[in-house]
Order: sequence, then structure tokens, then C-alpha cells
Amino acid sequence: MTRIGVITFPGSLDDRDALRAVRRAGAEPVSLWHGDHDLQGVDALILPGGFSYGDYLRCGAIAGLSPIMAEVREAAGRGLPILGICNGFQMLVEAHLLPGGLVRNDRGTFICRDQKLRVENTSTAWTNKFSQGQEIIIPLKNGEGGYIADQETLDRLEGEGRVVFRYLEVNPNGSMNDIAGITNEAGNVVGLMPHPEHATEEGFGPDTPAAMRNGTDGLTFFASAIAALALA
Amino acid sequence: MTDTVAHAAATPEVEQPFEALGLKPDEYQRIREILGRRPTSGELAMYSVMWSEHCSYKSSKVHLRQFGQKTTEAMRSKLLAGMGENAGVVDVGEGWAVTFKVESHNHPSFIEPYQGAATGVGGIVRDIISMGARPVAVMDQLRFGAIDHPDTARVVHGVVGGISFYGNCLGLPNIGGETWFDSCYQDNPLVNALAVGVLRHEDLHLANARGAGNKVVLFGARTGGDGIGGASILASDTFSEGGPTKRPAVQVGDPFAEKVLIECCLELFRGDLVEGIQDLGAAGISCATSELAAAGDGGMQVELDRVLLRDPTLTAEEILMSESQERMMAIVRPEKLEDFLKVTAKWEVESSVLGEVTDTGRLVINWHGEEIVNVDPSTVAIDGPVYERPMRRPDWLDALQADSASALPRSADPTELRTQFLKLLGSANLASKSWITDQYDRYVGGDTALAFPDDAGMLRIDEQSGLGVALASDANGRYAQLDPYAGAQLALAEAYRNVAVSGASPAAVSDCLNFGSPEDPEVMWQFAQAVTGLADGCLQLGIPVTGGNVSLYNQTGGKAIHPTPVVAVLGIIDDVGRRVPSGWQDEGENIYLLGTTSEELDGSAWAGTIHNHLGGRPPAVDLDAEARLAGLLSAAAHESLVSSAHDLSDGGLAQSLAEAVLRFGVGARVWLGELMERDGIDQTAALFSESTGRVIVSVPREDDVKFRGLCEARGYPVLRIGVTDAESDSLEIQDLFSCRVSELRETHAGTLPNYFG
Repeated sequence: MTRIGVITFPGSLDDRDALRAVRRAGAEPVSLWHGDHDLQGVDALILPGGFSYGDYLRCGAIAGLSPIMAEVREAAGRGLPILGICNGFQMLVEAHLLPGGLVRNDRGTFICRDQKLRVENTSTAWTNKFSQGQEIIIPLKNGEGGYIADQETLDRLEGEGRVVFRYLEVNPNGSMNDIAGITNEAGNVVGLMPHPEHATEEGFGPDTPAAMRNGTDGLTFFASAIAALALA
Repeated sequence: MTDTVAHAAATPEVEQPFEALGLKPDEYQRIREILGRRPTSGELAMYSVMWSEHCSYKSSKVHLRQFGQKTTEAMRSKLLAGMGENAGVVDVGEGWAVTFKVESHNHPSFIEPYQGAATGVGGIVRDIISMGARPVAVMDQLRFGAIDHPDTARVVHGVVGGISFYGNCLGLPNIGGETWFDSCYQDNPLVNALAVGVLRHEDLHLANARGAGNKVVLFGARTGGDGIGGASILASDTFSEGGPTKRPAVQVGDPFAEKVLIECCLELFRGDLVEGIQDLGAAGISCATSELAAAGDGGMQVELDRVLLRDPTLTAEEILMSESQERMMAIVRPEKLEDFLKVTAKWEVESSVLGEVTDTGRLVINWHGEEIVNVDPSTVAIDGPVYERPMRRPDWLDALQADSASALPRSADPTELRTQFLKLLGSANLASKSWITDQYDRYVGGDTALAFPDDAGMLRIDEQSGLGVALASDANGRYAQLDPYAGAQLALAEAYRNVAVSGASPAAVSDCLNFGSPEDPEVMWQFAQAVTGLADGCLQLGIPVTGGNVSLYNQTGGKAIHPTPVVAVLGIIDDVGRRVPSGWQDEGENIYLLGTTSEELDGSAWAGTIHNHLGGRPPAVDLDAEARLAGLLSAAAHESLVSSAHDLSDGGLAQSLAEAVLRFGVGARVWLGELMERDGIDQTAALFSESTGRVIVSVPREDDVKFRGLCEARGYPVLRIGVTDAESDSLEIQDLFSCRVSELRETHAGTLPNYFG
């Protein structure tokens, strides 16, 4: 069975939810601790949401220097699928595994909403089971989710098709080009602000036009990783 | 020099600043009598905070006894821990228990809204951990001044920002609550916070220090100079014009430290490494040491200079009084101390062994080798002063109650009724609160089955069975101003009904009683009436009060707030998969109104918003009917006969219909003719009356016969008043008016952003 690790940092909040989502998607969840230099041989990695180290200094900045990040960097280099969700996305950016930065929402406050996204790139390890242009609903909850990058980086991301998700209808945090998530050049590292692990179980996900709290679009993220690993 | 016990005994003539610490002359005299000498400055500090209104409940205690007296054995049977503990614990079945409590942080939140509200969340969450439970959700009950007052935005931004900052960072979903605006809260906003936690029966921990030789460990954040006198000087006094700033008495919160502390405590519990535990909140170390000792074997020896400090210049008295946040005190067996310290080290939580439990019956505190406190801890923590404050029914009440809303002008003109309906929908208290609730994380944890804007928040407890709990809280200060006894019962009835519409069965109550100054006999009368009303109501419904909190002195100058008894009801549902939302989602369902409508506009939103009127008698409460209604709703949810259920309260039927439309954006056609004829009321009463015991439900056509049969069998009044209509994209009240869904949405959602956006 595919083993997917979730790293807990001090202040991680959605780590248990990510472990549960992995289990629901049919993989074996493996709990990892930020202070260990050990990925326990997992096949894929998730950096979960939360407020690691209270977001002191900058979101994800201190966690980006955690002991285990050395192994995360090495794993990214050898093509291991890595997903950074919200605070995990911020860590990947702080660790320079993804370009750009995330700043305080333009509205100035935290925002929690059921967010519509468009999948722009279906060739990454975490999106290959989506169809190109598919519209999905994923809960979003962050205070500092505004994606920024210099023009050159933006041009490169857009030109190389590395914008993976774009906000639809509402840009909730002032992200440039409505960017909700991006990938690295190899397509194995993906970071996004919305929380796919919170759209994996009917009854506890986002509202959809069909019914209350029954959105499960997030399951496809994990199914994609499992499929990518099966092919590898 | 240090004011030691020996020095105090030798210098009885020393004048002490007891009044500046909030003690009355007779209270100071009593302390001298208890000790047989003058207190040391350290002892004086301890007594002053522990005997404050906030910590000792000295004015409210004689009334609160009713909650215990009016709890039957049957009601008590579901309680694993009741009043007096940090939080009550309720058996919810399958080996699970739930603990929940509401607490106030009103005074700090006016002085320093952001930190005041943030630390309010932090404090109630630590109460939950102290019971051995994992905190799983929070809710908050907020009351601000008039929405258009120039100072309101300052308080709203601070309070909401503080709750968002602290609660989100803890990883606790915020699943509900309420927000009111009323000029009576202008200088006394109310910030109440509720937390709920889950535990297995065998994991229950109680706050006591037993076993002589067991170690007393303080762990968590370091002790600083913040919050000194928070309980005594700030929370137990009224605000006055032109006084010195009380800002230093407000605590400062660090949610990251609290989050790590939560995980650390849960790991300590799992390893069975603590014998007793208590959080440090109001009165800090004074409270934790004296309460733990008084509830245990009665003795404790503490070396105060071992407390880890953020500021090394703090005096012993300041350390005893500091209300620095994110601290806990544990009682640990000596042989388990090493394992205990391993866990705190893993979480990078600092800890210090302050001393040990003794069987001397004395709480002894040393400072650099000199004895500065030597007291019987129960005289500090339990046997504080108790006052039978004078009470008087307010002289103005008769005139207020005689001034009924029935004399207010009404219109039968459809256009005017439409205008009134929209004015209410967009009014501060009935408008959408999503500007606030969108700033809170409702997803984290993955177990949220219902959250705002549904009537109750609901959480799954057991992933396998689907067992869950629902929570709702309510209070209507306008009703309580007209009649505090009825006002408390109305709050209870509404919270009870809000839990019932979600599909859960109401099981237990917690409360937060917010009132003015107890030194005002009229306020004291309101308080006593409200407590009696709530205790009588809970007895009638057969659900126990598990604990609660009293906040007095919500008063500036001579002006007290409306009595505001916040009542929270916890319900149990055996499978959250059967939960019921508050709005309709499907086309062509029948809309039924359960209950009957009377001419009850006194104290209503209609009277307040349309006519700026408050007078008369609040709606009648029939708790037996509420219980029958809850049984009916529970049965309907269990058989999946209703696809939505929504309570009728503020704003009446019109408001509930609009909210049911807005929940999922599905319109409806409604007719009022039969209702008006059956209940003998006019359009205004049909639309806006706030009669209790009423709910609207939507029923799929195929379940229609079964549902009507259920109502008939249970003898509850039911009337079909409409059908859902997705095509129309509007709410049509036949023969009166129609509104597009988009117009409803703009009216409902626009108000708060307009003032605070």
C-alpha cells in the first residue's frame, strides 16, 4: 500500500485531518515529527496547514528551518511527490522549493470560505486525476494567503504552465493572477492555500450546489498521488 | 524588606493598602481574624484576588445554590462532574463524555478588545483541558454597543480579530455563537466564550492536590507582569469616567504557546503522568495553589522563587497575582516526575517544580527561604465572604411592562409591510453575521457537521458510530429587561429549540450570567429573578446546569446593561449523518409551521427596529410544549422525514422564512391566510410576532403523510404554509409581497460590511 507521510510541526493544526484524508483515499498514513531526521521511507509527503511556530517572524519561516526539512529538500530533489497545504505551502516557499511569497490577505482579515477553483495543470503528481479546466470546490482558510512574485517569476510560472489552481469568482486574498496553487518545474512539488483534506468526506466538506457539506473534490489530490506512484 | 509571616505577627500596626486591592474594610478585618494577625503583603494579595467578586461569587453564591437544589437525581445521573469543577462533564454514551462551559471576558475586552477577547478564548480552553479533555470546538457570544456608534467599530474589530487570531491558531473550529448590537452595551460590551471538549470516561481529571509528597509543577509560559489585579480590580468593579487606565490589568495572549500546551497536556494525560491539574486563569498562582490544596489533602508547600519569570524584577506579591496566560499547574507523583519532564521537554514547554503536597492543612509559600504565606487554603479558596445583598424590584418596571407594543401603529398595506420586512432583515441584530464568522476556521478537525448559519453547531465525536453533540447558545437582553425571570427561561427555551431543530436531543446546560452592579439592589433583584427562572426552567425540562460563570459590574456610572443571561444547551445525536440544516435545498417540498402564533410583539425586533420601542411583557414560555416539540423534531430527524428545520425567534416567521431561503438560495411561496384565521391574528403578528415553541420545517412530498401523522400522534399544532420553489428565485408571501433572493441576500449580507468592512 502507498505510504504517505504527514509532518507535524509545533503549531500544526490540520495534520490529523491530512492523515485521515490519506486513509480515506486508500493510502497508509504515516505520522512524522519535525524534529526527526527521518522520513520513514514514505512514498509521498504532506506539509499540513496550521500556524507552525505561531507564524512568528513570517508564516512558515521557522518551520522551513526544522531538522526534517533537510530530508524534505533531498526528497523533493529525487522526485518524491510533496504537497504543501496552506501553512505547508508557506513552508515550501520559505524553503525555496517553490517560488514567490505569501502575504497578508488584501482584506486584512482571516477568511474562511468554500472556494471555487479551476484546475489549470493536470500533469503534476497531485492533479493527474483531474480533467483540464475542471472546476472544484475546496475550503479555504487563511490570514496570509496572498500569492506574490516578481513579474519575471510570474511570467515563467504562467509560461511553463506551473500555475496549478486559480481562484474562480472570488479572489479571496488578493493573490496575483488569481493564483491559488503552483508547482515546481518537475511537477512533484505542489503548494496551494486551500485545504483539499477538508473536502474528502461527505457530510464534513464544503457546501456544493447538490447538497450541504458533501463536497469531496479533495480526494482526487490524494488519488492522483497514489496513481502517480503506481506508474512510477 | 520581605514582609514575612514573622514580621507581620510582630508589626500589627502596619497600614495595608487593602482598599486599593479591592477589599472592603470588614473583609480586611475578617482576614485579620482568620489569621490571628495582620496578613503579610503576599497573603493580602492572595485574599484580595480570591475574595474578589469574580473569583469568590460572593454576591451570587446565595442565589446560585438553586441550581444544585433544583437538580433531581435523574438529572444528575448523566453528570460525571458538576458545578464547582473547572467545567461540568456529561456522559454522552458509548464510553464518551463531553465537557463544556461558557465564561465571560467582558471588562478586559472593553479596555483592550483584541487581547481581552483572545485571552477569553484561551482561558476557557484551559478550563476544558483541566478536566482531561481534548478541546474540540469554540463558540462566542458577543454583545456590542449600537452598530452606528463611533466607538463600536473599534471594539468589534478588536474583539473579532482577537478571537480569530487566538482561536484559529489553536486549531479549534468555531461552530456558532451570537452577536448583538444594543446601545445598553456601549460602554460594557460582553465577550463570552464557550469551549467544548471530549474525553473517554476513564480519562476524567479533577483539580485537586492529593498525596503528601507529590510534586507541584508549574508549566507553560513564564510568569510576567500582565493581568495583575485582572480579577479583582478590573472584573469586579464598574467603569467610571476619568479614572486611571486599567490597561495593565489586561492579560496578553500567545496562542502558539497555548496550542503547544494543549498537545503537551494531552500527551501527559495519555501517559497517566498527572494526579491532579488546574489551569491558571483569574488570580493566577494564588488561585491554583489554594484551590488545588483546598480540594485535596489540604496542605501545600511552595517555593515561590522557583517560578520562571519573564520579568526578573517582579515582586512576590506580583507573582502571586499575575494572570499571565498559557500556564498550568499539575500534581505529579515523584516517581513519574522524570517522565513528566520528558514530555514537557518534547513540546519545548518550560516547567518548574515549585514544591509538594503536604498533610499539614496549611498552604505555606516561601520566598528566598523566608515564609511569606501561611494560611488555611480553604479560607482563601472556599470560605470567602458571602453576601445577601439587598434586592428591590425596580420602581420603573411596572411602567415599562404597562407600555405594551400592542399600542404601536400597524400597517395592513403590503408595500409598507414589505418595507418593514426588509428593514428588519437588514437590521443590526437580524442581519447576516458572516462578516464575523468568515474570520473563524470552522473546518479544522474535520468533524464539523453543522456550523453557522445553522441554528446549532454540531460535531462528530466518534468516527465509527457517528455519535455527536450539538450546541447552541442564546440570550435576549431586551426580554430580560422586561422580565428577568421570563428572559432567562426564554433564552433557555430558544437554545433548547435550536439544538432540537438540528436533530439532537437536549441534554445539559451551561450559562454565563452577565449583569450590572450587585451593589445596586435593582440589579441584584434582576439577577435573583434570572437565576430562579433558569433553575426552574431546567428542572421542568429535566436537563441539569453543569456549570457556568457570573459576570457582574457590567455597568458604567449608574447605567447597567440589560440583564443578559446567556444560556448554552448541549444536545446528543447518535449519528450526525441525520443532522438537519436550517434551510431548504430541494424543489417542491412542503413548508410546515409547527406551533401556534399569538399576538406577541412586546420586546420584539419589530417593536425595536420599526418603532424604537421596548416595553410590555415578553412572549409567554411553555416549556412543556418546548419539550414535546423537541421530541417531535428528534423523531422526525431520526426517520429522516424533514429535510430542513429552522427555529422562529427574533423577527418572527418573516425572518425565519428569509433565512431558510438564504441558507442555500432556494426560494419559496408562502401563504398566511389560514394561519391568520386559525390563530386569530393580523398580518403584522403573523409576520413578526415572536411567540415561542415554533419551528418551520420542509418535508419532501413522499414523507408528507408520515410527517403529518407524527405531528397528529404527538398532538403538536401543525399547518402547511407554503412550498419551496427553486424556479421562482424569490420569496413570495402571497397577497402581500415578493422579494428576489438576490435582494434578500444584499439586504441581509450588506449591513455588517457597511459598518465594519
